[in-house]
Amino acid sequence: MINFQGVSKNYKNNGHSSVALEDIDFSIEPKEFISLVGKSGAGKSTIVKLIIGEEKPTKGKIIVSSHDISKLNSSQMPHLRRHIGVIFQDFSLLNNKTAYENVAFALEAAGRPQIEIDEFVPQALEMVGLANKMNNFPKELSGGEKQRVAIARAMINHPDVLIADEPTGNLDPANTSEIIKLLLKINELGTVVILATHNKEIVDDLKKRVITLENGKIIRDEKNGKYILD
Amino acid sequence: MFTTLSRIIKYGIVGFWRSGLISVATIVVMFLAIMVFQNLILFNVLAKSALDSIQNKIDISVYFNVDTSEDNILKIKNELEGLVEVKNIEYISKSKAFEIFQSRHKEEEIISQALEELGENPLAASLNIKAYNPSDYSAINSYINTAAFKNLIYKVSYAQNSLVIERLTKIMDTAKQFGAVLTFVLSLVAILITFNTIRLAIYSYRDEINIMKLVGASNAFIQGPYVVEGIIYGIIAATLGFFILLPLSYFASPYVEIFIPDMNLWTYVISNALTLFGYQAFFGIILGIISSSIAIRKYLKV
Ligand SMILES: Nc1ncnc2c1ncn2[C@@H]1O[C@H](COP(=O)(O)OP(=O)(O)OP(=O)(O)O)[C@@H](O)[C@H]1O
Ligand SMILES: [Mg+2]
Repeated sequence: MINFQGVSKNYKNNGHSSVALEDIDFSIEPKEFISLVGKSGAGKSTIVKLIIGEEKPTKGKIIVSSHDISKLNSSQMPHLRRHIGVIFQDFSLLNNKTAYENVAFALEAAGRPQIEIDEFVPQALEMVGLANKMNNFPKELSGGEKQRVAIARAMINHPDVLIADEPTGNLDPANTSEIIKLLLKINELGTVVILATHNKEIVDDLKKRVITLENGKIIRDEKNGKYILD
Repeated sequence: MFTTLSRIIKYGIVGFWRSGLISVATIVVMFLAIMVFQNLILFNVLAKSALDSIQNKIDISVYFNVDTSEDNILKIKNELEGLVEVKNIEYISKSKAFEIFQSRHKEEEIISQALEELGENPLAASLNIKAYNPSDYSAINSYINTAAFKNLIYKVSYAQNSLVIERLTKIMDTAKQFGAVLTFVLSLVAILITFNTIRLAIYSYRDEINIMKLVGASNAFIQGPYVVEGIIYGIIAATLGFFILLPLSYFASPYVEIFIPDMNLWTYVISNALTLFGYQAFFGIILGIISSSIAIRKYLKV
């Protein structure tokens, strides 16, 4: 499903470059649920950005749904992205669109018919408990509410892969466990879930595969793993 | 396809509403650009009619000896009409010349009395020659001076007017060049300023554009609404510009008429209203489409 082969990533900013990932190899099979853990700055979000092609690897090859993503042209890339739902760490909502429109946008961009939009969008917002805030703009929502809009948007297309980058960072414990339950349910329905998080409790409770990053390297990759950082 | 297009248009209109201040600022700048464009059109129209009216006043008159027969003069007229430089020739017979003279001096009693006492018409018949180009007159003049019918001619007006004609020719050429340069430079300035304003507006949306790409929107789907917004700006700015033009030309019209008697600005604007509005709207829309398309391209690379 997803395959990283000897991937390194250096960020270059006005002249000096910093290493974010170094020689990463891993492979994710269909239907897997994976936790991506590591300290702040370990490179979790960088992996997410590489999977959706927001950043390009400095070295190595990345295969997503059997496509080498460096070889996709500008019309194939959007198609691939429609099959990957991402809950961004910074939410990445469209500020001049309401909660409803933000979620609907993913369907509209995919060219789905209006009937589906009218039906699915309210459902998805209901599912994350935001039915009453549908017409609010992001600036009128709390951090947790924004996060839930981002979750609804990531799931609305029934993606093959759902990537959740710290999806519970702004949520209270009750909401957090709701969201994790939701991710597990989506995974049961056949979607690959990649969960990047700092939250030890969540990871330990999941009892799923855990990839641990440190300074841009994979130091542990265990089935039924735990959140272990020295 | 139709769904996508209608979504693009919907987002364009919604985006236009929500951009608020940015929309207003862009429209204002575009409006000013269109005013410049509009004034350039009018400037060129006025300059052309001013030049035309000056050009119409330039001519060569060939006066014939009093005893030259009408037949001969008409033959010469035919011959001269064969020249490529000649636009038209008016034959002014002795009696016509007399009428013109009379009507020109009807207020001055002494002159009309003197004419009556004279009892016969002392005026010469003449051919009034107009050329296509002011610079052609000297060629026509030299043709006449070397022609076989030279001995029938009493006088050619070119000799006295040649200096004025040459000078006018120079002034008109300079004015035309100046007008063309002015049009080019001001259009360029207006276009660049509008382009820059739209570029700034789109720059402020760069994060949104990035997000849309990551959510799987195609380039066309992202770009479309901004192009639609650009079209809306163009239409509104052109409409504003046009409705400002109406009172402006109405009040300016009498002043223009002082300088260019053949030109009524107000009538011109009214009778060409549709064309003028069309030009402005076209200019505005094209400017909006091109500016937003170029400005957005940079952010679509992700
Ligand atoms: N656009 C960028 N330009 C330069 N350096 C960057 C950029 N993005 C990330 N980095 C650097 O790359 C490294 C990895 O960042 P990354 O965002 O992947 O960490 P993370 O594991 O997601 O951290 P966190 O848990 O805090 O979200 C960090 O050292 C960071 O400073
Ligand atoms: Mg991160």
